[in-house]
Amino acid sequence: MKITLKVWRQQNGKTPGEFKTYQLNDVSEDMSFLEMFDILNDDLVRKQDEPVAFDHDCREGICGMCSMYINGRAHGPMTGTTTCQLHMRHFKDGDTIVVEPWRATAFPIIKDLMVDRSAFDRVIQAGGFVSVNTGNAVDANSVPIPKQDADKAFDAAACIGCGACVATCKNASAMLFVSAKVSQLALLPQGQPERHIRVKKMVEIMDAEGFGNCTNTGACEVECPKEISLENIARMNRDYLVANIAD
Amino acid sequence: MKLDAKIPEGAIADKWTKYKATIPLVNPANKRHIEVIVVGTGLAGAAAAATLGEMGYKVKAFCFQDSPRRAHSIAAQGGINAAKNYSNDGDSVHRLFYDTIKGGDYRSREANVHRLAEVSTAIIDQCVAQGVPFAREYGGLLDNRSFGGVQVSRTFYARGQTGQQLLLGAYSALSRQIGRKQVDMFSRHEMLDVVIIDGKARGIIARNLVTGEIERHFGHAVVLATGGYGNVFFLSTNAMGSNVTSIWKAHKKGALFGNPCFTQIHPTCIPVSGDHQSKLTLMSESLRNDGRIWVPKKQNDTRKAVDIPEEERDYYLERRYPAFGNLVPRDIASRAAKERCDAGYGVGTSKMAVYLDFSDSINRLGKKVIEARYGNLFEIYEKITGEDPYTMPMRIYPAVHYTMGGLWVDYNLMTTIPGLYATGECNFSDHGANRLGASALMQGLADGYFVLPITIGEFLSKDIQTKAIPTDHPEFEKAEREVKEKISRMMSINGTQPVDHFHKQLGKVIWEYCGMSRSAEGLQKAKKMVQEIRADFWKNVRVPGKADGMNPELEKALRVADFIELGELMIDDAYSRNESCGGHFREEYQTEDGEALRDDNNYAYVSAWEYKGENEQSVLHKEELIFENVKLVQRSYK
Ligand SMILES: Cc1cc2nc3c(=O)[nH]c(=O)nc-3n(C[C@H](O)[C@H](O)[C@H](O)COP(=O)(O)OP(=O)(O)OC[C@H]3O[C@@H](n4cnc5c(N)ncnc54)[C@H](O)[C@@H]3O)c2cc1C
Ligand code: SF4
Ligand code: FES
Repeated sequence: MKITLKVWRQQNGKTPGEFKTYQLNDVSEDMSFLEMFDILNDDLVRKQDEPVAFDHDCREGICGMCSMYINGRAHGPMTGTTTCQLHMRHFKDGDTIVVEPWRATAFPIIKDLMVDRSAFDRVIQAGGFVSVNTGNAVDANSVPIPKQDADKAFDAAACIGCGACVATCKNASAMLFVSAKVSQLALLPQGQPERHIRVKKMVEIMDAEGFGNCTNTGACEVECPKEISLENIARMNRDYLVANIAD
Repeated sequence: MKLDAKIPEGAIADKWTKYKATIPLVNPANKRHIEVIVVGTGLAGAAAAATLGEMGYKVKAFCFQDSPRRAHSIAAQGGINAAKNYSNDGDSVHRLFYDTIKGGDYRSREANVHRLAEVSTAIIDQCVAQGVPFAREYGGLLDNRSFGGVQVSRTFYARGQTGQQLLLGAYSALSRQIGRKQVDMFSRHEMLDVVIIDGKARGIIARNLVTGEIERHFGHAVVLATGGYGNVFFLSTNAMGSNVTSIWKAHKKGALFGNPCFTQIHPTCIPVSGDHQSKLTLMSESLRNDGRIWVPKKQNDTRKAVDIPEEERDYYLERRYPAFGNLVPRDIASRAAKERCDAGYGVGTSKMAVYLDFSDSINRLGKKVIEARYGNLFEIYEKITGEDPYTMPMRIYPAVHYTMGGLWVDYNLMTTIPGLYATGECNFSDHGANRLGASALMQGLADGYFVLPITIGEFLSKDIQTKAIPTDHPEFEKAEREVKEKISRMMSINGTQPVDHFHKQLGKVIWEYCGMSRSAEGLQKAKKMVQEIRADFWKNVRVPGKADGMNPELEKALRVADFIELGELMIDDAYSRNESCGGHFREEYQTEDGEALRDDNNYAYVSAWEYKGENEQSVLHKEELIFENVKLVQRSYK
């Protein structure tokens, strides 16, 4: 396949960026989207040019590191799919593909398609855990958990922290990400003691990090590669309300 | 050099309990002044950093990804073992111990493996307490599945995302300590050397991957938890950034390297589809619970799988190993697949694949059950290949997956450099010559939560008087200078070939001659080839851009330079071991029916290699393995 790529190039956070156009003539359908970028970079290095910087690691759709905004959609055209799991068989010969980084105030650009998502880490540090030190646990089967609850908690826990929800939201809200963690722990008995304080602290830091407000447009759920449900946001809103009334 | 494994006295079942009770402690007031560096925040590193922080040590943790939540551990699919015996099928600590020693083909250290089996149960308790959503039965209790190489159900799992859930658990514990300022986290940092002062590991040199700055960090002790080096093969199931650099640098500074040639080739991976391929994807071994492996009975059969009638299919694992069938250990399953393909029975366009077929299970259990068990794996398969495994069998082939080799460590997990520890996949570990499925997660968390935080006390308790060493110490300066010189040398070559060019060449040589089967002749040839690749790399590599900013090509170049050196040591190691054991299959040493032929009289030892300098031959040291609690027998899964 022949593919034209329009890629956002930006040296670092301080300099302005611009689109550059590249022509690839020999793209195979079996390639992944990132393998196409490998080929582009190989080419650029040989031509004494600087390769495109982008984040990636597992290339299996699970680490959450890859993060490309492809033709106006976070992680590209396929639902439930990360950039690294997107394959070229979903594009056509002759296509032009526009590739940008995640854009959000809370995710400053580092270089080209790479952004800084450490704000997510700081939200988790504020309360996304159960306070249990190593060695203090009771036998794992001493607290049975109904399968439905465990399964729901799992669904929320499947979030890979990629940030597509933020990138795709017109307000750059992080509600889907934050509510996934809040929900996972709120659904399990282990999470109950800190349930209120957790949601309050996490929301407080989320706001302080510069993420926008949620206006219920639901774009995040559509673009989330792990299909995290909007239900989590509703659950978090309820918990947040209850936590504040309880004070 | 005399290797002392520091195995405590006493009966195997009492060693750890007694040792824990007598190990010197560091009191809380002193812990506050002791700094520990943890490099790597996968399961082993995140668990260790979190636990050390909880205990009151001042911890600095490092990882090269943008967040500790993304370590390679996240990709583990199948599960984690523990001797809980919740399935009431006769499991016990002793049985897990025995299975691990046998599965490793009797090349691991009894005392360490027994301790691993002992602490395994506490891991599950800890993870559940953190909110890890393991799979449950309708009664609300935890569910188990079975895995290759054993006959009990002791594997805990969280759909096909066990590693993710365990790592997020460890990450949450780590995040809590970062929030409490017990742990200082340095993401997007790559360790490039260890600093040794008066014979003890006292810090590291790291590169800030965003600014390119070379930084010095002091610690009273340094813990490495940097994962495996399977990417020496270029194509592997490891994440793209997985590397050998931290342990290789430690090796060059004096830490012995244990069993470098012991690598695991996993039998069930998606086959290579073309030259563009950047990595291989694992299909969890758990699939072998319900999938049957076969090839056509006829060579070069070009019919579609569904068109080949039952009686013309060769379920070769069930045929050769009736007792374990499709659940034989990985090394055996991998070699059997290679044997069939080499003999011309392979399937698919490349003919380098075998079928993994779920039609029987779907008929027996229904599509729903299979979907609940493996849904996400089937999805991954379909995304990559464009084929639907519910209606046609998967095509699979072995791929590099795990490295049993790593830094040699004693019972305390300390390397031969005092104060330098290695945990998780980066030590030579508990898996001997072959690791059983679902045991790496167990080992990583055992090391990180329950072993290292205790054993490190032995060293640190003697160090409570030592004040933090300022990083303008000459040894820090020297180490930093060497790192900077290496980087500028690399950048100034300005050759014609990108880094991947050399990495691919290296991978091909190691796969061909030091992969699933090895021979003295092939290894000798490979050694020369690797030396040539090294010379070529340092003449012709092209690293674009600048060193003082984000530069992924430079990161790769630094890693590949180390992989090339490691490749040579792997070859030396494979050449020196004149026997077949576990994943190490030497063509010269096999039984009449093609099984690995061990030589316990001459090779029941751990190979521990000492670095002697550039272009010098490394020196082999041996830790004799003493088996007092299991009898060495030829492994049989028939
Ligand atoms: C696809 C796949 C599936 C698997 N499935 C299973 C399974 O089902 N069950 C099982 O038991 N095992 C499984 N394994 C094996 C298991 O996942 C790994 O052995 C284990 O997770 C390794 O953990 P670790 O903590 O030692 O290292 P890793 O998780 O690899 O972490 C390494 C850490 O070190 C850091 N690091 C590395 N180098 C540097 C450096 N130079 N400077 C700074 N930081 C550095 C990284 O950033 C990372 O944080 C699987 C492996 C693969 C590849
Ligand atoms: S909620 Fe979905 S889109 Fe948002 S970070 Fe998690 S996985 Fe990514
Ligand atoms: S690279 Fe890991 S999710 Fe895409």
